[in-house]
Amino acid sequence: MTPIFLAAATTTPAEPNPLVPHVSEIVLVLIIFGLLFLLVRKYVVPAFEKSFAERRDAIEGGIERAEQAQTEAARLLEQYNAQLAEARAEAAQIREGARAEAQRIVEDLRSQAQEESARIVARGAEQLAAQRSQVVRELRGEIGTLAVELSEKIVGQTLSDDASVRSTVDAFLADIEQQQSSGTARAGGPGGTA
Amino acid sequence: MSHSASGVLATEGFHAPGPIDFFLPDFTGKSWNQDGYQVLLTKSSVLLVLGAVVAYLFLAMTSRRGKVVPTKGQYLGEQAYSFVRNGVAQDIIGAKDFKRYVPLLVSLFFFIVVNNLFSIVPLLQFAPFSRVSFAYGLAALVWIVYNTVGIMDKGLLGYLKHSTIPAGVPGWILPLLIPLEFLSNIMIRPITMSLRLFANMFAGHLLLILFSTGGAYLLLHATGSVVLKPAGVLAFALGVAIGFLEVVVALLQAYVFTLLTAQYISGALASEH
Repeated sequence: MTPIFLAAATTTPAEPNPLVPHVSEIVLVLIIFGLLFLLVRKYVVPAFEKSFAERRDAIEGGIERAEQAQTEAARLLEQYNAQLAEARAEAAQIREGARAEAQRIVEDLRSQAQEESARIVARGAEQLAAQRSQVVRELRGEIGTLAVELSEKIVGQTLSDDASVRSTVDAFLADIEQQQSSGTARAGGPGGTA
Repeated sequence: MSHSASGVLATEGFHAPGPIDFFLPDFTGKSWNQDGYQVLLTKSSVLLVLGAVVAYLFLAMTSRRGKVVPTKGQYLGEQAYSFVRNGVAQDIIGAKDFKRYVPLLVSLFFFIVVNNLFSIVPLLQFAPFSRVSFAYGLAALVWIVYNTVGIMDKGLLGYLKHSTIPAGVPGWILPLLIPLEFLSNIMIRPITMSLRLFANMFAGHLLLILFSTGGAYLLLHATGSVVLKPAGVLAFALGVAIGFLEVVVALLQAYVFTLLTAQYISGALASEH
């Protein structure tokens, strides 16, 4: 044997063909894979799908709940707004009513007061006129008497029972009265008609 | 390997890895094709079963206590499950029908991905799907599934018409097109599907063996040149890089297999080409 030869060139046993199928191995792989497939189909896939579905449910359920809460909140807000508007309208109405009431009361009181004051004024004027006519009446009598007495004292004789004297006095007084009334008419003061 | 006691570099005999490395002896010590013996109880078979167990435990433990607010583990499982459920099943089959096929696609993806990742798990270090028969088995299953789905949906003749006669093609080309479409849609699909998965895992494992055994050989046994030992270190470094690549390949191949299954089912269900 020369030392140059390679191993493969000299004596190599026939290499087996790696592509030749072995029935026993094909059967083995089918059985093993078949078992794996059955187990995966029965346990693994349903378990994964279940947890995926649960997760999807959790997420979608959360979104749904949030949407629900949102619509609920919107509904409540609307309700509150409506109630608020209603209350405002009511308050405005009440305020308006109160203002009208106050106005009415004020008007009433004013007219009442005016009436009262008019009444008081009227009564005062009446009283004043009555007193004045009374005073005038008294004075008329008294002035006559006093004048006569004074004249008697001056003249030194009794004039009382003389009818002519009485008529003179009356005429005098009427004259005064006339003068007085024309004077007051000129002055334009109230109660000049007494 | 006493027969390879000679060679330029292989002074002490370097055994280049080959297909024989994928024919593991079973636990009784019997090897492949010995007296027509069908070895089954091998490391690859045990790993295949372990892969199914690990895939199921992962899915079961992350889905068992389905909380609305997930824990870390549950979150991881849900992300992975949703990746197949939404990213593959729903996107490809469509929102109407995809739910029926989620268990199949989820099982396929996790079964393949766990098994493929075994190729870089320390001590395990073997991808069961680098045994072609396992890939054949799964591809055959997918083939049965998508054809059954099509036949159930459209009837046997309707399905054959649907999968062999493309819409809007002039009549004179049909004699040529029908055999081609039949070949590509019915015959070739399971073969490409199984070979793609098998070849990726096979090649990845082969590369890992090559770089690690070759690196070890260069470092420990090779003599004759000063560059051989640094080359061994480089081989190990490349082996580590290949290991990371293997992670990507493992995920990608599981994804591709699941994606194609969904696509074939979707094609069988589609109302128009």
